[in-house]
Amino acid sequence: MATNPIRVLLAKVGLDGHDRGVKVVARALRDAGMDVIYTGLHRSPEEVVTAAVQEDVDVLGVSLLSGVQMTVFPRILKLLKERGADDMIVVAGGVMPDEDAAALREMGVAAILLQDTPPQEIVDTLRRLVEARGER
Amino acid sequence: MSRLLDEREVAALQEAVRSWEENEVKAFLARQAERRPEFFTTGDIPVKRVYTAADVADIPPEDFGLPGRYPFTRGPYPTMYRSRFWTMRQIAGFGTGEDTNRRFKFLIAQGQTGISTDFDMPTLMGYDSDHPMSEGEVGREGVAIDTLADMEALLDGIDLEKISVSMTINPTAWILLAMYVALAQRRGYDLNRLSGTIQADILKEYMAQKEFIYPIAPSVRIVRDCITYCARNMKRYNPINISGYHISEAGASPLQEAAFTLANLVAYVGEVTATGMQVDEFAPRLAFFFVSQADLFEEVAKFRALRRCYAKIMKERFGARNPESMRLRFHCQTAAATLTKPQFQVNIVRTTLQALSAVLGGCQSLHTNGYDEAFAIPTEDAMRLALRTQQVIAEESGVTNTIDPLGGSYYVEALTSEYERRIFEILDEVDRRGGTVRLIEEGWFQKQIADFAYETALRKQSGEKPVIGVNRYVDGAERHGIETHPYDPTTAERQIARTQRVRRERDRARLDALLEQLVAVARDESANIMPVTIDLVKAGATMGDIVERLKRVWGTYRENPVF
Repeated sequence: MATNPIRVLLAKVGLDGHDRGVKVVARALRDAGMDVIYTGLHRSPEEVVTAAVQEDVDVLGVSLLSGVQMTVFPRILKLLKERGADDMIVVAGGVMPDEDAAALREMGVAAILLQDTPPQEIVDTLRRLVEARGER
Repeated sequence: MSRLLDEREVAALQEAVRSWEENEVKAFLARQAERRPEFFTTGDIPVKRVYTAADVADIPPEDFGLPGRYPFTRGPYPTMYRSRFWTMRQIAGFGTGEDTNRRFKFLIAQGQTGISTDFDMPTLMGYDSDHPMSEGEVGREGVAIDTLADMEALLDGIDLEKISVSMTINPTAWILLAMYVALAQRRGYDLNRLSGTIQADILKEYMAQKEFIYPIAPSVRIVRDCITYCARNMKRYNPINISGYHISEAGASPLQEAAFTLANLVAYVGEVTATGMQVDEFAPRLAFFFVSQADLFEEVAKFRALRRCYAKIMKERFGARNPESMRLRFHCQTAAATLTKPQFQVNIVRTTLQALSAVLGGCQSLHTNGYDEAFAIPTEDAMRLALRTQQVIAEESGVTNTIDPLGGSYYVEALTSEYERRIFEILDEVDRRGGTVRLIEEGWFQKQIADFAYETALRKQSGEKPVIGVNRYVDGAERHGIETHPYDPTTAERQIARTQRVRRERDRARLDALLEQLVAVARDESANIMPVTIDLVKAGATMGDIVERLKRVWGTYRENPVF
């Protein structure tokens, strides 16, 4: 575990610029010893998936506060599948109604980490998800 | 200089406080400790056990002043809410122009006195509704505006001389302003009689909200052009709303919010005066926008200190002579980032207290957040209740009967002066380090905002910063059972149909000629971009036509994120 840090790509997809949450998450994961790449703002699902596959990350975290979760996540999951990377753990963050969160879990988003999730809980969740998936 | 107390009286009072600490306080603490070893405001300013006249003895009496008189600590106007309440201005925006127009009319019927517009992300970022980047976002978080026809639908049947229209938009603000002007001219209004505001505060976008298109220099030039155009043609219109709100929501402390906003002010005033325009020609129409956070007295002190600092900056640094150039007026909004999903009804209480601090702080207009905004954009029911909150404060609570009722509070006055001192310290540092624009490019503000945001997240996690229902008094079995604002799936289709109709019906040759003229104006740093933009929107240009053409001249901005 110590020799092999968890690799995470964090991204903001779409047009919204709310980056407070994603930066807090980036820092919390980094402070917990993970390798963190943050793409910056205004990325397309295609760009994000390409970067995640190239960087061979364990976890792809996408933050959205613009309400487009039901457009963006299905596309990301589909693109990952097309590239044979559907074992990548996809995590969603941001603000969304309960029913959307439930629907995203249903379609394969591993965790929905919304506003006010304590940083330690995010760290623990990612560790647990990576452990549960096992070696690739 | 005369003080409230002379030296002897101060010394006697300080001696009394010492004796009280030695006797009553010490004896009491021996039986029961205080809740924590030290107390701080949300913005990390130490808070004493008690404040006395000795704490305000050093403040020059003229700094307290009187409402409507320099340095305006106690309020921008001499009668404040005794004449008229603040403008109750609930923001609204979703779907197409028609959809939002219906919400506006509902709010006006509920007693709202001004309207405020939220735009969808594509409009904010300059994409037409049928651009691939707009997919899923059309009319979702705000209203979709591509062309003048959309603007006409948005403001249909609203008397622009009676209702002031505020537009929360930044990188593309000048295009919306052009549409507003074109619409007003078409309806036969005298531009000098229209009041309203566009946010157009691009510097805080690079710092905090992160809606930008072009590099900083041409973006600031556009802001300059809005200010000078309005100074000459729209005497009652606020061409900019210099905003701390988003700086705060991005995670900054209240002190950073205040100081960084004034750092942006300094940059804008410098930019406009560089054109040769005198400060008194435009400064009376500069307007501000701040958040009201949870720490009630700190917020009141922040607003009072901001007015005092602004007055001094405009007078001493920029040589303003007209008192109206020194009088800070601000819109206020309660803090969206304090809203919680768990036990969401508690948001009503939070918002009420935050609204109270805005009123005690002397705001000119106010938006109160809906209780459901931790889920989605607000429903009609949530907005009605938010508006009623303001009406109760205005008409039932009695706090509006005298001006600046916390003026003279030892604590609030001491904190006001502490804020003033710290704000000027930060502004001096910004000057020393090369100014606002340079520090934005270096990520200096962004890093401090991210640091405080992270600190806040850790404090919530440890419970040091209590959030009721989240880290205290948690109700594990909770089911929300809340009805949120629905998104109409036909929005994009309806919106795109109108945009395409406008494209079909316009005179392409005339449009192309105007776009060429736009490029020439963009290349001429001394020209004003407003007149050609007004001609363009009248000729059926879409927002995307204008924005894309200018990207070819100016390029785009991509930030290097710091965290």
